[in-house]
Amino acid sequence: MRKKANKRVIPFFGLSMGVTLTILSLVVLIPLASLVIFTAQMSWSDIVATITRDRVIASFEVSFLTSFIASAINAVMGVVLAWVLVRYDFPFKRLLDGMIELPFALPTAVAGIALTSLTANTGLIGSFFDKFGIQIAYTRVGITVALVFIGIPFVVRTVQPVLEKLDSTYEEAAGVLGASRIKIFWKIIFPEIRPAVFTGFGLAFGRCLGEYGSVVFIAGNKPYETEITPLIIMSELQEYDYSSATAIALVMLLAAFLILFGVNIIQARNTKILKGG
Amino acid sequence: MKKRILSVILSATVLVTSAAALTGCGSSDESNSEKVTITNVSYDPTRELYAAYNEIFAEHWKEKTGQEVEVTQSHGGSGKQALEVANGLEADVVTLALEYDVKAVQDAGLIEDGWISEFDKDSAPYTSTIVFLVRKGNPKEIKDWDDLTKEGVGVITPNPKTSGGARWNYLAAWAYADKLYNGDETKIKEFIKKLYENVLVLDSGARGATTTFVENGQGDVLVAWENEAFLSIQDYPDDYEIITPSISILAQPSVAVVDSVVDKRGTRDVATEYLSYLYTDEAQRIAGDNYYRPSNEEILKEYSDTFNLDINLVTIKDFGGWDEAQATHFADGGVFDQIYEEK
Repeated sequence: MRKKANKRVIPFFGLSMGVTLTILSLVVLIPLASLVIFTAQMSWSDIVATITRDRVIASFEVSFLTSFIASAINAVMGVVLAWVLVRYDFPFKRLLDGMIELPFALPTAVAGIALTSLTANTGLIGSFFDKFGIQIAYTRVGITVALVFIGIPFVVRTVQPVLEKLDSTYEEAAGVLGASRIKIFWKIIFPEIRPAVFTGFGLAFGRCLGEYGSVVFIAGNKPYETEITPLIIMSELQEYDYSSATAIALVMLLAAFLILFGVNIIQARNTKILKGG
Repeated sequence: MKKRILSVILSATVLVTSAAALTGCGSSDESNSEKVTITNVSYDPTRELYAAYNEIFAEHWKEKTGQEVEVTQSHGGSGKQALEVANGLEADVVTLALEYDVKAVQDAGLIEDGWISEFDKDSAPYTSTIVFLVRKGNPKEIKDWDDLTKEGVGVITPNPKTSGGARWNYLAAWAYADKLYNGDETKIKEFIKKLYENVLVLDSGARGATTTFVENGQGDVLVAWENEAFLSIQDYPDDYEIITPSISILAQPSVAVVDSVVDKRGTRDVATEYLSYLYTDEAQRIAGDNYYRPSNEEILKEYSDTFNLDINLVTIKDFGGWDEAQATHFADGGVFDQIYEEK
């Protein structure tokens, strides 16, 4: 161990690792541990009974499904947005670029109320879709719309720098050798940005799962149909039932962790293949 | 290796102590100064009421003691506010939507037992009730609770599990069905289930439900607190009307002094006076002007043009008090959960 440690070329490993662990514990581990402690006040069978209630299971389905769809939409649209912002020049480009971050800055409740009044069947957009019998607000579609709004900056901002650094000579070479534009995208560009897309997807997905503020306004919150897990957790808290709330939150966290971990593994595998490993 | 562990521990200690030092600077003693500040943690729809009341109270306190008083207001969902006070938000007084939420603060050990009789009328200086807000001309002819269970009627009401205020809505409907079916519980549940099947949007809070009904035009009837309904009428006099059902519930928002906070800050006198002054004629009129029913009968009569005083009101005591109502209806697996079991 000592021998190995001495081999580190960059100095201050001890200090920086110490700071890292401290910050991680203060900001992440201690709050998470309290989650486990609160949950541990319940007996095992109580925990199982709490998290397998029909309504809770239904809410998991709503939350994971809408978050997944929204993040998938964002993964595609985010790449397109980043592409346009990096590759083309047009008036007000800087302004448009700055607008990407607005969903971060806007209080989520404001976003939720604004989106709801737009997409309700009396709203500007909603009234158009209403003619075709499509309801947006107060359905799962509405939840997805809100989550797309919340998640878009993650993908754009992770993909953008990678695209900017991409050496265009590869594309030119492929073009000269006769590759079609579609082939160039899939064979040259996409493998380069894929890790960033995966990361962006993961970030957006994680954010969407926990999103409460904007979704409660647009969701309609009907049990079994449009009730998201964070709302169930809120109602447990409203009853001052901390342990049930933390138990449900823990399951959600665990599931999210597993999914993100899976995404990371796929990504690591891809990179390995890319590097010829 | 040892050195490394040492430096890890050292940097951790430095960070923790500096964080502790920072938070330590926050508290300071505020008693005996020229100016006193108290914090009133309240729920959403009392914003306008307390904005007006704080002004007359400041005048009154200045006259009485020569001391300036500044009241900091905090508004939000009643249950959430109670939770924050219980978790350490420094409130000198709480003025919440229902007794159950104040009890949560009591259970955290911050308020002493017996607060409910500390002030008159169960510590509820103003009351309200549950009414219907319908679109102008009442196109669906909604007159009473049973109209809400009819097919094709879209009802908007918040979720009683997340909104303290909405528990009154639910209980008012229950009181009606209870009388209609002479206490036959199966039939009452059937009635409530039908009613909630007509609910289009189950918002998480009262203000959210009002937005859904008024701004976004969803549903035919909003089950709302009387004061909220009047505020909507005030904003859009040509679009809505209020329908008073034959039976409703006396909604009693509770007020209490947070004992442990006022003892620590030395603000017991001003906090107690703040709440008891709510019962004076002047303050009761402010409540009435903000569409809360004054608890003083004499003052209430002055507002007979505004409020329908013939309404038959049950109280929470008819449900055996909040603890029992909570356990039967709103706890996990309670009646409200049962009516939402898979159909």
